[in-house]
Amino acid sequence: MAATHYRFKPWNVGRFIVWTLFALLLIAAPQLFASSLALTMLSQMGYLIIICLSYNMLLGQGGMLSFGHAVYTGLGSFIAIHAINLAGAGQLPIPLPFMPLVGGLAGLFFAVLLGYVTTKKSGTTFAMITLGIGELIAAMALMFPEFFGGEGGVTTNRVYGQALWGISFGPAIEVYYLIAVYCFACTAAMFAFTGTPLGRILNAVRDNPERVEFIGYDTQRVRYLAFCIAGFFAGVGGALAAINFEIVTGADSVSMVRSGGYLLFTFLGGATFFFGPIIGAVLLVLASVLLSELTKAWLLYLGLVFLFMVMYAPGGVASLIMMNLRLAKYGKLGRLWPSYLALAGTGLTALLGAAAMVEMGYHLQLNAALGPELPFLGASLNARGLTSWFGAGFALVTGVGLFELCRRQFLQQWGESQEEIERELKRTEAM
Amino acid sequence: MNPEFFVISLLNGVSYGLLLFMLSSGLTLIFSMMGVLNFAHTSFYMLGAYFAYALSGTIGFWPALIVAPLAVGLLGAAFERYCLRRVHKFGHVPELLVTFGLSYLVLELVQLVWGRSTVPYGLPPLLQGPLFTLYGTQFPRSRSFIMLVALLMLLAVWLLLTRTRIGLVIQAALKHPQMVEALGHNVPRVFMLVFGGGCALAGLAGVIGGNTYITEPAMAASVGSIIFVVVVVGGMGSLAGAFLASLLIGILQTFAVALDYSLAGLLAHFGMPVGEGSPGWPVLKLTVSQVAPILPYLLLVLILILRPKGLLGTRED
Repeated sequence: MAATHYRFKPWNVGRFIVWTLFALLLIAAPQLFASSLALTMLSQMGYLIIICLSYNMLLGQGGMLSFGHAVYTGLGSFIAIHAINLAGAGQLPIPLPFMPLVGGLAGLFFAVLLGYVTTKKSGTTFAMITLGIGELIAAMALMFPEFFGGEGGVTTNRVYGQALWGISFGPAIEVYYLIAVYCFACTAAMFAFTGTPLGRILNAVRDNPERVEFIGYDTQRVRYLAFCIAGFFAGVGGALAAINFEIVTGADSVSMVRSGGYLLFTFLGGATFFFGPIIGAVLLVLASVLLSELTKAWLLYLGLVFLFMVMYAPGGVASLIMMNLRLAKYGKLGRLWPSYLALAGTGLTALLGAAAMVEMGYHLQLNAALGPELPFLGASLNARGLTSWFGAGFALVTGVGLFELCRRQFLQQWGESQEEIERELKRTEAM
Repeated sequence: MNPEFFVISLLNGVSYGLLLFMLSSGLTLIFSMMGVLNFAHTSFYMLGAYFAYALSGTIGFWPALIVAPLAVGLLGAAFERYCLRRVHKFGHVPELLVTFGLSYLVLELVQLVWGRSTVPYGLPPLLQGPLFTLYGTQFPRSRSFIMLVALLMLLAVWLLLTRTRIGLVIQAALKHPQMVEALGHNVPRVFMLVFGGGCALAGLAGVIGGNTYITEPAMAASVGSIIFVVVVVGGMGSLAGAFLASLLIGILQTFAVALDYSLAGLLAHFGMPVGEGSPGWPVLKLTVSQVAPILPYLLLVLILILRPKGLLGTRED
């Protein structure tokens, strides 16, 4: 192929379409799901997308596994809520739409301050230091009730000042659109960051820090800069959360549980692709709002899903989507769908058996006073009866056995398809 | 500070520090050998306590002291064999993540089996009551038993690593795994043994720590971050460093919770009384006992700034 100095760069149509669709989706979502529960969930998704993307700037793009991301979102929330209270009292002339930036600057400030220590190391040590700093701030939240509000947290009223064009940010829908605007802007900014020289060298630091040092970059400084930028966006997300709920509590906002949640769902969504954390944020809201309503054992299911994901699909949901898209692109997906159906059927049987057993276990532990009967997907199970346990166990064993058989066949087919694609690629390259 | 308070706090601090060392030694061994930071290490500690609680009801405490750590070690080895080894090829971050997922899972399972509140895991009759009385304050037998077990364990691990064949193989595999493999040793199996062994040590700590302190689902998280601090402060992968840092943090925390001094008191002592209205009052009024929970983490930050490789560490990454 002849190398040319001039490269014609047309508009990237695909990218243009994707971003337009994203914007349209953000605009239309409250019309599609109009209930107030849906609106709350959409608002949460909006700021969690920012937070998970900012987290992925560390995990996915920088290879930095942080256990203390809630420090920056939480402190962003606290600074923002204090700023809103000041503004409400007339002491700070900042209108509400700019409060997320205040939170972002707070996140940036604390990332500059704490990140200097944190980013001194990389890899496993980095993870441990973020854990230590996270614990430090979480413990401090209980020590300074003047700032963190103690047990009750800090409350605020987001409606203050004069309403511009009739927008007072009282109704939830107006807050949703504020969040949506920030969500779009921050997503675009973070996507743009991946293309900057800093974003590219950050990927290099993740992949091979030694070589980056050889070409004259200070890896520690690259990590530090990325950490600060991630801190800024985390603060923006935190401030939006504070605006959405009008309350921030120290025991929750800066807790390790929160940090762990961000890590878990960013990874589940997929850390290796830019859009993975967006899926992760949506899953986080769905799991914590809907799944937790549905079953008491949701943390157990979550842990299991996470464990299997790390073991079998370390690229998360996003990588599963992309791998299948690749197959579809080369027209191989049609051959695989019977296997997918078989996998889904057997997997579902195993899942049903396992879920029935888990639900019965939880029922015995938590609701023993309500008697041994519990409803499960329309049926009634007797948690003390041998039949229920035997039936569930039988479903589980059969499901797992058949699933394993299907999986072997599927793996073979999958491997064949991938080989064919590789050959196809080589052939087109050679031409 | 009177001598009575000093001696008793020192003894309590040393026994807590030795318990921390029982945990951090396993973590350090696993880390220096496999490069894996076992996030679920304290989950195995918790499992040890719960297993011992369940077993001591049927077979008694003393058999449980042996059986529970073995069971925990087996679980650890199985986890290494079937989960950790599978993600080994993806690198260290997924390895850390898989243990992170395990810690979630163990917590939920423990809550499922034994409930969400504290379980009545009591001391056996032999360990109840004081061992001796110093200046009128009693020192409990259970804490001295922790010290005894920890020191015996330290001795046993040291003998195993330096005086036996398998110990030599482990030490060699620590530095040059490929070479050891080329000499015909099954290095993955050695990894499995080390992981299982480290978990068994954590389980042993759980058996004696669970009834001396408290056995509840939160016990893993409460000590989890502390032992990570121990490992970083002592120097990643240094067993001697972990020993030093464990004692340091154990003593630091034990003394801090009992001290009632604050900066405000200090200023008043030097003739500068401060009160509600003074600038910085929220910080000045805090007593040492109130800041005790954050002292280990402050130490971590200080060590990282002043001596990034840890007290006795050699790794610079």
